Amino acid sequence: MKQVTNDPVVQEKKTLGFWIYLMTDCVLFAGLFATFAVLHTSTFGGPSGAKLFDLPFVLVETMILLTSSFTIGLAILGGARGFKKQTLVWLIVTFALGAAFLTLELTEFSHLVADGNGWDRSAFLSSFFTLVGTHGLHITIGLLWLLVMIVRLWKFNFRQTDLNRLALFGLFWHFLDIVWIFIFSIVYLIGGLS
Amino acid sequence: MFNTLSQIIFGRLTPSDFVHDPIMAGAGYAMIGGLVLVVLALTYFKKWKWLWRTWLTSLDPKKIGVMYLIVSVIMLLRGLADVLLLRTQQATNGSAGILTSDHFQQIFSAHGTIMIFFVAMGVIFGIFNLIIPSQIGARDVAFPLLNSISFWLFAAGMIIINAPLVVGEFSTAGWLAYPPLSELQYSPGVGVDYWIWSLQIAGIGSLLSGINFFVTIIKMRAPGMKLMMMPIFAWSVLCCTSLIMFAFPILTATLGMLSLDRLLGMHFFTSGGGGNPMLYVNLIWAWGHPEVYILVLPAFGIFSEVVATFSGKKLFGYTSMVVALVAITILSFTVWLHHFFTMGAGADVNTFFGIMTMVIAIPTGVKVFNWIFTMYRGRVRFTTPMLWFMGFIVTFTLGGVAGVLMSVPPADFQFHNSLFLVAHFHTMIVGGVLFGAFAGFAYWFPKFTGFTLNERLGRYAFWLWIVGFLLAFVPLYILGFMGATRRLDHYDPSLGWQGLFIVAGVGVLLICAGVAMQVLQVIVSIVKRNQNRVGEDPWNGRTLEWSIASPPQVYNYTVIPTVTYRDEFWEMKRRHHTIKPEYTDIWLPKNSATGIIVGLFALIFGVAVVWHVVWLVIVGVIGVIVTLIIRLTSDETEEKLTAAEVAKRELKRQTV
Repeated sequence: MKQVTNDPVVQEKKTLGFWIYLMTDCVLFAGLFATFAVLHTSTFGGPSGAKLFDLPFVLVETMILLTSSFTIGLAILGGARGFKKQTLVWLIVTFALGAAFLTLELTEFSHLVADGNGWDRSAFLSSFFTLVGTHGLHITIGLLWLLVMIVRLWKFNFRQTDLNRLALFGLFWHFLDIVWIFIFSIVYLIGGLS
Repeated sequence: MFNTLSQIIFGRLTPSDFVHDPIMAGAGYAMIGGLVLVVLALTYFKKWKWLWRTWLTSLDPKKIGVMYLIVSVIMLLRGLADVLLLRTQQATNGSAGILTSDHFQQIFSAHGTIMIFFVAMGVIFGIFNLIIPSQIGARDVAFPLLNSISFWLFAAGMIIINAPLVVGEFSTAGWLAYPPLSELQYSPGVGVDYWIWSLQIAGIGSLLSGINFFVTIIKMRAPGMKLMMMPIFAWSVLCCTSLIMFAFPILTATLGMLSLDRLLGMHFFTSGGGGNPMLYVNLIWAWGHPEVYILVLPAFGIFSEVVATFSGKKLFGYTSMVVALVAITILSFTVWLHHFFTMGAGADVNTFFGIMTMVIAIPTGVKVFNWIFTMYRGRVRFTTPMLWFMGFIVTFTLGGVAGVLMSVPPADFQFHNSLFLVAHFHTMIVGGVLFGAFAGFAYWFPKFTGFTLNERLGRYAFWLWIVGFLLAFVPLYILGFMGATRRLDHYDPSLGWQGLFIVAGVGVLLICAGVAMQVLQVIVSIVKRNQNRVGEDPWNGRTLEWSIASPPQVYNYTVIPTVTYRDEFWEMKRRHHTIKPEYTDIWLPKNSATGIIVGLFALIFGVAVVWHVVWLVIVGVIGVIVTLIIRLTSDETEEKLTAAEVAKRELKRQTV
């Protein structure tokens, strides 16, 4: 039976709803950024950001995430034109880049913890781990979503609903990119250089 | 060996956690007993399938709304029982010996949390669900499944907050759990964790619901209904949901940080490790103050509908009402610091927030005058909704003036944490939100049942309530001036406070009688429903929801109306304009168990985190994710009601 979920009005509602969800997420990150701003000097005798952050390493992370934002764009363009193979390839590339980003982030975290600079060391590190970790958690959810989408596109041959969801995923992924830019500038650049 | 094994399986849960003092155990067993009775009754009358199909898995907002109201009423009774204990303790000054200090603290923490999150929030979401779609000329909300998930998250939070009656203990840190008291160092038990996870889960439900109704109002209004043609209740909900979208993520982040402090030993708000408890107080009120308006704006909307309908006039100053609502929405984010002038932010900061607090009283004052001018030269009918409105406008104005009094920082240094403050916010939330909900309940009840509530019992309930309310809270204003602080479980008898505490206790008893009268009113009205049968439009209403059947069909409208006037239904009646019935296929969402299953896993997750049961936490998280993936990858989520079927239903309705 023909579904009404493909109705453009229905899709418009979903897009608006998703945008609003993203904005609420933005408020959540704003709360974490504000907390970081208040607590970033509360090192409690422990190391500050300048001592801990490895800026070239973080730059690599950043470039990987930015590239994945580009590749998801290519996937969406491919999807809109109905190029199945191209879309799938770019989705898989995006997944790989996202996974690489996450691996690097976890590597950084494990180094910090191993050196005795875990989240329980000081209020500064608590807020650092929570802010960056929350972004990482979003990336993890994004990877899960991506995985489900790759399977569906591959199996069900590009239904309209899947393409619509792909567009929403694009918004989500770009949003995480923008949040990361702020994390990179405020946490790492300003915190790491001062 | 045995200990580690039991720790892996049960976390920090031990058999001794089930042991409680007689009062708590009594309440716990009463709740479980009630539940068992319901289960037995459902089994005896073979109603399980009916319950599952028509209610638990329903995506119809009218059904979900009723479920919200049922949960809220049960929680209102729980919160009221808490008050009875608190006031007994204070009126006897502890000589009755029924409560220990620790239990007293648990009760006032539970009372505040339950009344705000599970009574006031539940009531407003219930009314949104029941009214908003039909009032804007829509058949459904924007995201029906999300709506069901929101409700079940709310229900999961409700269960978690009541769980301490049976197992463990509740928080003793007050309804907002200020650190460092709420930190692990000073509250090592499960109480604060229960508080955190109950609110976290219910709060996410509220956030999703807020997004849902915002999109519903923006995208699903009937053709022709411009924003400035919307009924004022819809406007109030639009403003309320905007506040939810901006405020609730802050709550999520704040509760998340507090729980990280407690679970992983982080140092956000601890007194050591560089933590900053004042940061928590700022963050929680950056959510908390908008929350006050999240609760009261819909009540303003309800009163605007009630006063216009029962005055037989259009609402006075519609545009200024809308401007006032929007102004309150924006300003409500600029006043949070008035909750802690005494913290020491400095004179300049205190002055700014003091002035903003006075400024936000102006749009509220505009609304009060608009309501009064709506009544002026109208044919006012003093039905119960109107009585609640009259009670509201008097108490709310008095309470509001008390609030402006406290907005002056030097004065607030005296009032801070006193019973004057307690009296103030109870006047606002009981007199504003609850009276609004009661007015809305009596006003819209016939729409969803086809018969009106018993007027006589409604009037009795109102008078018991208003007298009890004044007796309960006026003494608190006086006690506040005499220096009584909040949350006292005993005081020096030589202070001479006991008389006033006894008066306040009598007031609470009258309120309880009022609630009993309301319960009786609903029962009597249902039993004698054939005497009170009414048609679609019992009050000579003005807005579109009165144009559809009572009770409404699942699809609300057979033909979506085209709107050309602000009070569209009023104009339709005036111009003798009727919509020609024309039947088309209608798509409706299929029932779905996703909401209740997600709620169940969220409940498992919440309880598991509280008791540190790692494997169960993982089960909860995976359960939620898998359920959502299964649902989101299934396509056949809607079913068609054919035009012939619609026609048959309409014919059946008209012949009955």
